[in-house]
Amino acid sequence: MSGVRVLVGTRKGAFILTSDASRKSWKVEGPHFAGWEIYHVKGSPADPDRLYASQSSGWFGQVLQRSDDGGKTWQAAGNDFQYSGPTSTHQWYDGSPHPWEFKRVWHIEPSLNDPDKIYAGVEDAALFESTDAGQTWAELPGLRTHESAQEWAPGAGGLCLHTIVLDPKNRDRMYIAISAAGVFRSDDAGKTWRPANKGLRSNTMPDEDKEVGHCVHRIAMHPSRPNTLFMQKHWDVMRSDDAGDSWREISGNLPTDFGFVVDVNSNDPETVYVVPITSDSHHFVMEGKLRVYRSKTGGDDWEALTKGLPQKDCYVNVLRDAMTVDELDPCGIYFGTSGGQVYASADDGDSWNAIVRDLPAVLSVEVQSLK
Amino acid sequence: MIQVVLPRNLQILAGTGRTVELNVDGPVTQRAILDVLEAEHPALVGTIRDRITKKRRPMIRFFACEEDHSDDPPDEAVPEQVASGKEPFLVLGAIAGG
Repeated sequence: MSGVRVLVGTRKGAFILTSDASRKSWKVEGPHFAGWEIYHVKGSPADPDRLYASQSSGWFGQVLQRSDDGGKTWQAAGNDFQYSGPTSTHQWYDGSPHPWEFKRVWHIEPSLNDPDKIYAGVEDAALFESTDAGQTWAELPGLRTHESAQEWAPGAGGLCLHTIVLDPKNRDRMYIAISAAGVFRSDDAGKTWRPANKGLRSNTMPDEDKEVGHCVHRIAMHPSRPNTLFMQKHWDVMRSDDAGDSWREISGNLPTDFGFVVDVNSNDPETVYVVPITSDSHHFVMEGKLRVYRSKTGGDDWEALTKGLPQKDCYVNVLRDAMTVDELDPCGIYFGTSGGQVYASADDGDSWNAIVRDLPAVLSVEVQSLK
Repeated sequence: MIQVVLPRNLQILAGTGRTVELNVDGPVTQRAILDVLEAEHPALVGTIRDRITKKRRPMIRFFACEEDHSDDPPDEAVPEQVASGKEPFLVLGAIAGG
């Protein structure tokens, strides 16, 4: 590997952080799209120079940007996200019906094989696909028209499709997660979907183990073991070893199991990372200490990673798309905070350094491992 | 030539300067101005008005000749000073957020 490129989306623009493989010295470029909320920036695994960015604003709406040169220059791509066919209603916060309305793109997931193919998860929840590098978009309507959709309800951030996980060994299989509906799996490239939430319990629902309605915050997969999934739910850290057919809790000795992020070490599918957050009302780390928790046993047994992270007077949050791992050995882990810091570890999480400390609030962090 | 002044964010998005000059055929209305603007700068489609309904986005304002024309009917003629190019048609983001 020659280095890494970290793609950071913030409340007021995008930043690109680059380093050689040592991951010790960093160059910070940006802001790109200054003043706009950048919910997500992600590169194509098939062509690292191809980047996509979701740019939105309460004033000017949704824009998609594409770069073909690794972020040096950008062009506006298509922003026509129209639901396919009639829209119905989902539940509003008070349980009343609320019409489906497009608001923004939360998550971009480029195809593993084709740089021109890309998926977008949007609010109000739906999945879109582009096969021409983001110029035009078509909804995969089987998800939004699922029989359970009228029961879906927004989380605090809205009714958002925020996670898209592609199975590297089965091109027809993909997973998405919606707050607050839960995980859905497709085995036919997005045409049809079924809920994959058995084993989840949420006391925010009158029927705590109903299969749809859970506020799933994030799911993660190691590419070598695609049937194993890890989940950070609103509360509870969960694991599935049967492609989402069933889940079991692995919160174990975590000090709190509320949080947003979860990710898996690129060199060890049993090493998992989370950042516990005090609670759903506090939305900051516990006791003023920023701690990443690592399990080397696939869950249940967790250790706090604190070296290089603030352990006093720290009250930041780490949002669901704001942690990622690189493909180097030792594995690099990166996360961004609501306080504008982006932290990196180049040693599996044993120690941390702030790449940059004073960005706008960080919404998303992705990394590309460059050859 | 109609003079349209864009907010900074949209100047960057469209790759224009502060003022865009437009040739508008026929009656000069808000709709006609925005139709030409979007045709010449497709990156702006959906950012000033809804791409389907063509309704002004809620936090966008239209000013001209020291008056707020945001709620004028879109097919009503704009002020003569705008139509003649003596005064600009200003598109701006509403004051919000402190």
